[in-house]
Amino acid sequence: MSLAVHAGRKDEPVALSERLTGSETATASTQGVKPAAGRWGWLLGLIVPVGLALGWEFAVAFGFGNGRLLPPPSRVLGTLWQLAKSGDLTVHVLATVWRIALGFLFGVIAGTTLGALTGYSTLARRLLDPMLQALRSIPSIAWVPVFILWFGIFETSKVILIAVGVFFPIYLALSGAILSVDRKLVEVGRIFRLSGPELVWRVLLPATLPSYILALRAGLGLGWMFVVAAEFMGASEGLGFLLVDGQMTGQAQMILASILAFAVLGKLTDWLLHIATEPLLRWQDGFRPAG
Amino acid sequence: MLEISGLSKRYPNGLLALSGIGLNVGVGEIVGIVGGSGCGKSTLLRLISGLEMPTTGTIVLNGEPIATPREEIGFVFQEPRLMPWLTIRRNVVFGIRHLPEAEQKSRVEEALKRVGLTKFADNWPRELSGGMAQRAALARALVGRPSVLLLDEPFSALDALTRYDLQDHLLDLWSYDRPTMILVTHDIEEALILSDRVIVMEPQPGRILTEVTPGLSRPRLRGDPEFDAWKRRLLGDLTHSFHVRRSGDEDFPAAAI
Repeated sequence: MSLAVHAGRKDEPVALSERLTGSETATASTQGVKPAAGRWGWLLGLIVPVGLALGWEFAVAFGFGNGRLLPPPSRVLGTLWQLAKSGDLTVHVLATVWRIALGFLFGVIAGTTLGALTGYSTLARRLLDPMLQALRSIPSIAWVPVFILWFGIFETSKVILIAVGVFFPIYLALSGAILSVDRKLVEVGRIFRLSGPELVWRVLLPATLPSYILALRAGLGLGWMFVVAAEFMGASEGLGFLLVDGQMTGQAQMILASILAFAVLGKLTDWLLHIATEPLLRWQDGFRPAG
Repeated sequence: MLEISGLSKRYPNGLLALSGIGLNVGVGEIVGIVGGSGCGKSTLLRLISGLEMPTTGTIVLNGEPIATPREEIGFVFQEPRLMPWLTIRRNVVFGIRHLPEAEQKSRVEEALKRVGLTKFADNWPRELSGGMAQRAALARALVGRPSVLLLDEPFSALDALTRYDLQDHLLDLWSYDRPTMILVTHDIEEALILSDRVIVMEPQPGRILTEVTPGLSRPRLRGDPEFDAWKRRLLGDLTHSFHVRRSGDEDFPAAAI
């Protein structure tokens, strides 16, 4: 380390990497540490549900329960298998997934647009946020009669109900996250003369991405909740319909088979969303628990 | 080149941060600004950058008043302020995103080479040490080839050795295009090592107390008797400005100092 300062050395090649001090060592080598559980760690999540299912299966098999109101897993899986063999399961799953997909899409578009607008513009926030916050507190089921009245009993009302469910977590998270973006990064944007839309695109949205992606997952989860309410609105197909059908005909195994399908599909779509968005957050420097 | 006259800044809470600032900075000159905390050094830099508007007075760069941030003014903050979601390369491109892609590429490669970060171009900011991140911030500020570079205590958060290294390196970088540099610092040695002229500010409200032009030849050596004499003189000026602040503080009557 030289304590002398040499001005005007334009002719000398700069090879500062060779002059790095000990404190200037990059921390790249500390990245990429795999948790101890490794690639099969996800199997841990199966232990509790599979253990409970097996416990109940044996309890019914050894006469500790009759399994009438809570059928054993073998009967529930058998019902699912029968539905799958007849092709009914595919029809019901596709109907539900299609509604979720459309509702999620519209909910995301509306939530992102209004969230970004109210987060970025004080005027828009003062104008829209109080009304939206009031609407947020309305229970999902309260919308059902209104949407049937306005949009009929068919698909439109169902998709809109799901979109409403998806909308609020995304709107709330994005609007709030924009307001908490580090002012210092916004200043960098100003120094580099970013226009309003450029500031949103290049600074505000990337900075809010972690919260936004979490909100997408929460929105998707609510979408799955709202689809049940939507399919209670006189549907003739869909997993919600299967649920109602099981209730009407007193088939507990049908109800549980529908609930199981909801759980598996909900988890699967959440996992897909997580996998799709994970590369967008590689830059994060957050807490990563060991083990 | 840069002409500041009658400049004052009063914040909405009534605080008068700067008053009656007048300063001319020539092309390629390096001006250091020193002073205690709260004497308005950073505010002055923010006004020059166009991040904030003065309450009174004017700042004119090459005949044009500054009202908003301009392309010919670069800014290096106390913290690197790199966008954490962009790689180092993309962070540097951020400064010249409007240029054609081919020119972006060649300028970024050159800038990264100059700051010694070519090998780390595709790393995330979180993977760099503080000194390396600050060099990336320097590359981002200089890649647009500004004619004025403003530096707001850019090395204050770094350890002494890294700080010395970056001071040395800053002069390396300056030697390429020789932009006008205005450096705000708490560190008298840093001001003396880097600056052609040193402005000493006093607080409450922030004003220019005095300015000195150290007649030191380059390279400047810490510990050199002449360097130490200038350092003592600046320290004396700073001590005076500190007493000005203390005597203006109701909790610390001047008689008690």
